[in-house]
Amino acid sequence: MSRIAAFIFRRKGRNGWHWTDIVTWIWLVGGLLIMFGPAVWLVGSSFKSPAALAEFPPTILPYVTQKATVEGYDKPLDLYDATLPDGRKAVLAEVRRIGVISQMVDPEKPGEIIKVNISQRTPVRTMAFATTNYTEPFTHFDFVRYLWNSVFVTVTATLITLVVNSMAAFALSKYEFRGRTFAMLLILATLMVPLSVIMVPLYSIVSALGLFNNLWGVILPTVATPTGVFILRQYMLTIPDELIDAARMDKASEWQIYWRIVLPLTAPALAVLAIFSVVWRWNDFLWPLIVLSRKELYTLQVGLSIYSGELNVQWHFILAMTVVTMIPVVLVFIFLQRFITTGIAGTGLK
Amino acid sequence: MKAETPRPAGSGFGEAIMVPVRLAMGLVDAPLRWVQRKLGLGGMAAFFLLPNMLIFGIFVLLPFFINFAYSMTGGTALFLDDRTFVGTDQYARLFDCSNYIDPNSCTEDTFWTAVGNTAWFVVLQVTLMILFSLITALILNRELMARSFWRAVFFFPVLLSPVVVGLIWKWILQRQGLLNFALYGFGFEPYTWLNDRNWAFAAAVGVSIWAHMGFYTLILLAGLQAIPKDLYEAAEMDGTRPARAFWRITLPLLMPNLLVVIVLVLIRAVQIFDEVYVLTGGGPGTSTLYLTQYIYETGFATQLRNPGLAAAASILMGMVLVVLTLIQLGLGRSSEKKGSRK
Repeated sequence: MSRIAAFIFRRKGRNGWHWTDIVTWIWLVGGLLIMFGPAVWLVGSSFKSPAALAEFPPTILPYVTQKATVEGYDKPLDLYDATLPDGRKAVLAEVRRIGVISQMVDPEKPGEIIKVNISQRTPVRTMAFATTNYTEPFTHFDFVRYLWNSVFVTVTATLITLVVNSMAAFALSKYEFRGRTFAMLLILATLMVPLSVIMVPLYSIVSALGLFNNLWGVILPTVATPTGVFILRQYMLTIPDELIDAARMDKASEWQIYWRIVLPLTAPALAVLAIFSVVWRWNDFLWPLIVLSRKELYTLQVGLSIYSGELNVQWHFILAMTVVTMIPVVLVFIFLQRFITTGIAGTGLK
Repeated sequence: MKAETPRPAGSGFGEAIMVPVRLAMGLVDAPLRWVQRKLGLGGMAAFFLLPNMLIFGIFVLLPFFINFAYSMTGGTALFLDDRTFVGTDQYARLFDCSNYIDPNSCTEDTFWTAVGNTAWFVVLQVTLMILFSLITALILNRELMARSFWRAVFFFPVLLSPVVVGLIWKWILQRQGLLNFALYGFGFEPYTWLNDRNWAFAAAVGVSIWAHMGFYTLILLAGLQAIPKDLYEAAEMDGTRPARAFWRITLPLLMPNLLVVIVLVLIRAVQIFDEVYVLTGGGPGTSTLYLTQYIYETGFATQLRNPGLAAAASILMGMVLVVLTLIQLGLGRSSEKKGSRK
């Protein structure tokens, strides 16, 4: 045990604890709580019933108050452990509350009303996961539509991104032609033109093309990403030109060289771009918010933000749907995080 | 990155997916051979470049240039042909103030409120972001058990969507939220943080740092790991104190990365929108209204929308961003010239 502890708390060739070791561990453990805590709290809350969500102080795990159907009352009544005026304890159902006095009945003998001070009763609670938070939006709301729209936008945009950007990267890395540097600079210059600067005229262009309130209007403006061209071109530059010359001698067409030789060799870079693209497009918010104004076209992000901005927020549904929206990205994080971190460290681009 | 030889076609599933793709690519090949005969090799280069350039042209360059024309027109019409030319009126309107320090003295008081808010936000967020990500990178660069795990911990929020980030924190800062719950343990009364102007502003700064810190930590960590270890060994042998080694070795050698990170953070901070919009909606009042939200609401969301005014404001913001990007490119160039490391 002590050897494991010694291994975990191994320090840099010093004797005893240096103050920097203490700072390091405070920072790391604090970071763990602050970075993961909010997401964990969200997932935990998403299983609580609306009544439990409105409670303060909140419970860590989801609890619900048990209810019982009592003869003579339409709705199921909340059950309480109550101490009767004569000191006896009993499980009673609350009919109504007037001030500090709760009117209760014994579920066995519904005829007789018993008055109990509210300080003398505590709710009977059991742990229960409110899975209806998840199932109801799928059946009663447009949630399935939003999910489908998001999946459609993400998958289509990523496929087009891969094809279009790899073609451009191929031209920019394997051909000598006039204006090559100019084309490369032009593409890099577009990094300077973020959406927030051009959204007004872009909106008019997308409308003029008939793409307003159309998922293609969300997809097309995003697919030619300078980052994508940049990553792929850097990678294709490492493919030896001799390979291409040999293929030309074997009468391969340029198109065949592109998709049978260069593309398979670029697979690792394509994979990185695909991961990036999926995360980008899944998370896109401002542009879909502008282009999509019909409810049935909303993506998950737009739908969530609109519902959460309503006057009467249905937090139990919002929380559950936020968790669902998080799932693909969390999967990417768990399984593909390594690719992304090396990609960022290598290119400095997001 | 290096090219690797592709693995021989493997699983049945992958093969099955590839069959229609192969077929399609093969079908495209015949007409493209004809194109190639007509155009020659240079023409083929243009062909490969065309789709990308077309999309860039239509959806980035064209709007970029139209934007200037837009900012010179008035009215609520959408298409440029239907709009009336007003010259520099929109800019004049944006700058029409009797006292630039006080937004209330301006015709477009919300614009100046947004400018002021954005300026404060940039100053606070950039300073704290650099500080936190630098400390985290330094700590992750120590000899740590499970370093990749800890790196992942700080990187996790980077992948979350701004909407999810906004909602997570909106939920935590609720009256019945986790923060009030934690403070309740110390005897504090629950408080609605996001209804308080100052706390909402602080939340906007904090949440945006929470969401993006991991990204910059990663770049700084890569820079730290590229510093040769023997420099520190030599310093230690000379009896140099660690603090001095930090100022004399770590910081100067990290400077190229640090400068790039500072400019990147600046560029993103000026454009802040998504997560804050979901978190506070710009409120309470206009206390967290930033420039991008002003442009969005002026251009699209309000009853009295004014695309020309929004375009003018977006051009002003664009100018700031261009200056920042040029600084970044200049910095990249100069650090490349030194050629100290890749």
